[in-house]
Amino acid sequence: MNEQKNHIISALVQHSPGVLQRVSGLFTRRGFNIDSITVGPSEQDGMARMTIISHGDERVLEQITKQLNKIIEVIKVRDLDPEGTVTRELCLIKTHATTERARSEIMQYANIFRGTIIDAGPENLTIEITGTQDKIDALIDLLRNYGIKEIARTGPTAISRGSKTI
Amino acid sequence: MKGSQAIIKSLTDEGVDVVFGYPGGVLLPLYDVIYDSDLRHILVRHEQCAAHAADGYARASGKVGVCIGTSGPGATNLVTGIATAYMDSSPMLALAGQVATPLIGNDAFQEVDTIGMTMPITKHSYQVMAASEIPQMIKSSFYIARTGRPGPVVVDLPKDVQEEELEYPSKIKIDLPGYKPTQKGHPRQVKRAAEHIINAKKPVILAGGGVILSDSSKELQDLSKLVRAPVTTTLMGKSSFPEDNPLALGMLGMHGRKASNLVVDECDCLIAIGCRFSDRTTGDVTKFAPNAKIIHIDVDPAEIGKNVDVDIPIVGDAKIILSHLLRVIKRTETRPTSDWADYVSSFRASCMPRLSFDEAPLKPQQVIKEISEAITDETIVTTDVGQNQMWMAHYFTTRNPRTFISSGGLGTMGFGFPAAMGAKVALPEQDVVAVCGDGGFLMVSQDLATIKEYDIPVVVCVLDNRYLGMVAQWQRLFYEERLSHTHLGAVPDFVKLAKSFGINAYKVERPGEMKETLKVALESGEPTLIDVIIDPKELLPMVPPGCGLTEMIGEYKVEREYPDEIPYRPSAQEKGGNSDE
Repeated sequence: MNEQKNHIISALVQHSPGVLQRVSGLFTRRGFNIDSITVGPSEQDGMARMTIISHGDERVLEQITKQLNKIIEVIKVRDLDPEGTVTRELCLIKTHATTERARSEIMQYANIFRGTIIDAGPENLTIEITGTQDKIDALIDLLRNYGIKEIARTGPTAISRGSKTI
Repeated sequence: MKGSQAIIKSLTDEGVDVVFGYPGGVLLPLYDVIYDSDLRHILVRHEQCAAHAADGYARASGKVGVCIGTSGPGATNLVTGIATAYMDSSPMLALAGQVATPLIGNDAFQEVDTIGMTMPITKHSYQVMAASEIPQMIKSSFYIARTGRPGPVVVDLPKDVQEEELEYPSKIKIDLPGYKPTQKGHPRQVKRAAEHIINAKKPVILAGGGVILSDSSKELQDLSKLVRAPVTTTLMGKSSFPEDNPLALGMLGMHGRKASNLVVDECDCLIAIGCRFSDRTTGDVTKFAPNAKIIHIDVDPAEIGKNVDVDIPIVGDAKIILSHLLRVIKRTETRPTSDWADYVSSFRASCMPRLSFDEAPLKPQQVIKEISEAITDETIVTTDVGQNQMWMAHYFTTRNPRTFISSGGLGTMGFGFPAAMGAKVALPEQDVVAVCGDGGFLMVSQDLATIKEYDIPVVVCVLDNRYLGMVAQWQRLFYEERLSHTHLGAVPDFVKLAKSFGINAYKVERPGEMKETLKVALESGEPTLIDVIIDPKELLPMVPPGCGLTEMIGEYKVEREYPDEIPYRPSAQEKGGNSDE
C-alpha cells in the first residue's frame, strides 16, 4: 500500500484559460508530488492533453485522479500503465565544443543516440534528442565531459500502445 | 441589452430574489441596474457578511445564495465566506467586480487576481471576458453550485464587460462535458451494503452534512427504524436526525457525546452517509471504529478512502442511494437483532449530559437548556465558532433538518450572526436565533446596522465570557494555563453597542432569565441582542488531538445517574475487551 511508484497520468482537458493553473494548483494544495507536466493541443478541437509524471503510493495516486476529475474542465483522467505506454521526451542540449576532436565525438554520440545537431557555433553544438528519460539521461552523462552549457527538457509525454484511447 | 442587465436577468431567471452585496467602483454599471430592478439587494456592512449571509441563506433554504463584492478588497473580503461555503459544501454564487479587461494584469486600482485567489476554495470559477458569455456562465454557475457535491462558484465581472452590449439568447444550453456528478449508486454495491447491514450485530449510522444537502432526513430515519440502527452525526450532519429519538446518539468526535464516541468504537458496521471523516470527527483514524466494517455513501468519489479505509463505498446522491438501500433491505426478512438498539438506547439515557445548573455565573448548559425551552422545533439556530459552537453541538437538541447552521470545516469565527441574517431573509416566517461567543460576534458586529436598516428580526445571543474560550480551554489543558492573548478585556458593553444601532438589547445573568428574555425577543418580532454573562471557567468534554474517540478527558457530567438499569456500560477505562452482550 505504501509503496512509492512513478505514475504517468494522462488527462484530457478543455483548453481554456486557467486550466493549467487549476491542475498545478491542485497538486500544490493537496501536497501531491509533480515531477513534470506537459500540455498541448489534442486530437479534438478545444481540448488539450496533459501528461503529468508524479510519484506516490496507491492512496495518493487514487486521490490525484479523483481530485483531477473534480476539476470541471477535466474531461478524462487515466493512470497509464507503464508497460502498455509509450513515453517520449524531447531534450535540447547545448555543449561546449571548441576542439575538432570534441566536435566529432559529440556528433558521433548524437548519432548513436539518434539525436541531431540543430545548431552549431564556433564554440558550441546544440543537440536535439527525443526518447525515454533513461536514454536522455545517458546522453547527458556522456556529454558532461565536454561541458554542458544549457539543457532544456520538455518532460515526458505519453500515449497508450495499441488502438485504445483514453 | 447591456452586460449588467444580462447579469440581473440571468439571476432572476434562476429564481434569485435576493442578493447580499456591497457596491464599489467597478460595480457601478451593475448597481445602476439593481437600482430599479425587482431584485432585493441587502446592503451589508462588510463583504464577509455578504458571503456568510448568502451561505446562511443557502443552508436554511437549500437554494443557491448570492453575494456581491467589488474588485480588489471587496473580493478579498469575500474570500473567508467563500472558503467557509467551500469547506461545508454550501451552494453559493459570488459575483466579484473586476477592473476593465484592458487593465487586467496592470496592477490597476483595486485590482486583484480574484480567480487565482479563489481557485482552491471554489468548486469552479469564471472570468467573463465578453458580455455574450454572461448568460451561459451564470446559468452554468448555478448548475455547478447546486448539483453533485454543492459548493461556491465565483464569477469575475470586469467593468467594461458589464457595459458591453449583447444579444440575450432565448435558449441557453449548459455544456459541461467534464462535469457529470454520479446520482445513482452502483446496484451491486448497494446490494453488498444491504447484506452487510442486515447481518450486522451492532450497526451504527454516521450521518453527515450530505444527508441535509440531499434532503434525505426521512430516508435516514426510515433506515434507522428498519434496521434499528442508532444514529450519530458529524457537526454538519446535526439536525439531519431528530435528536430526541431514543436511537439518536448526538454528535461524534472531539467534542462529541460520550454515547456517540463509545458506541461507534464498539459497532461492527458503520454506515457513513454524506460525511468526509474529518479529523475532528474521527480522532486518531487508526483507532476509529476499530471493530467495524465501514460502508461509505458519498456523492464525491474523492471522499471515498481519503481519510479512512472503507469496505463498501457507494458513490452517488444520498437520497437516491438510501431509497434504493431501503428497497433492497425490505425485500429480505433478516434484520439485526434489536438487543443492540435496546442496549444503545439505555446506554444513551445513562449518559445524557447534564444541562441543569441553578447557579450564577451561568453555565452554558443551563443557557442552552433555556434557549431550547424558549424556541420551537422549527426555529433555526446558527452558531459561531469555538466553545459556543461546541456547546450548542453537544448540548442542544435538534429535531428538523436545516435548523442547525454552523461553520464546520473552516471554523470561521464571525459566521454565526451574518448566517442567521441570511437564514432569516430566506425564511422570514421562521424564528432565527444566533448563538455566538463574544469574540466571534465582535468580528462582525457592524452588521447590526444591516439587520436594523432592513428590519431582519434575528435574535443574537452573545455567550459572553470575555475569553476566546476554545483557545483558552486548550491553553488550560495543554499549555499549563498560560492564557496567552485569549482574554478579551472588559469592553465593549454589548447592550450599549446594540442600542447604538437602535437594536433592542438585554443582559442576562441569572438562571431563568434567558428563557424569559428570549421569548420576549422572539415575540417582539424585532432584531434583538441578548448579552449572556457566562462562567468563563466552564470547559467542554473533549478527546485530545491525536487520541482515539474513547480517550475522552474531563468529567462528563450526566443529567441523571442510572445505577442499575444498564446491563453493560462501556467506558474509557474498561475499553479493550469486547462485550458479548
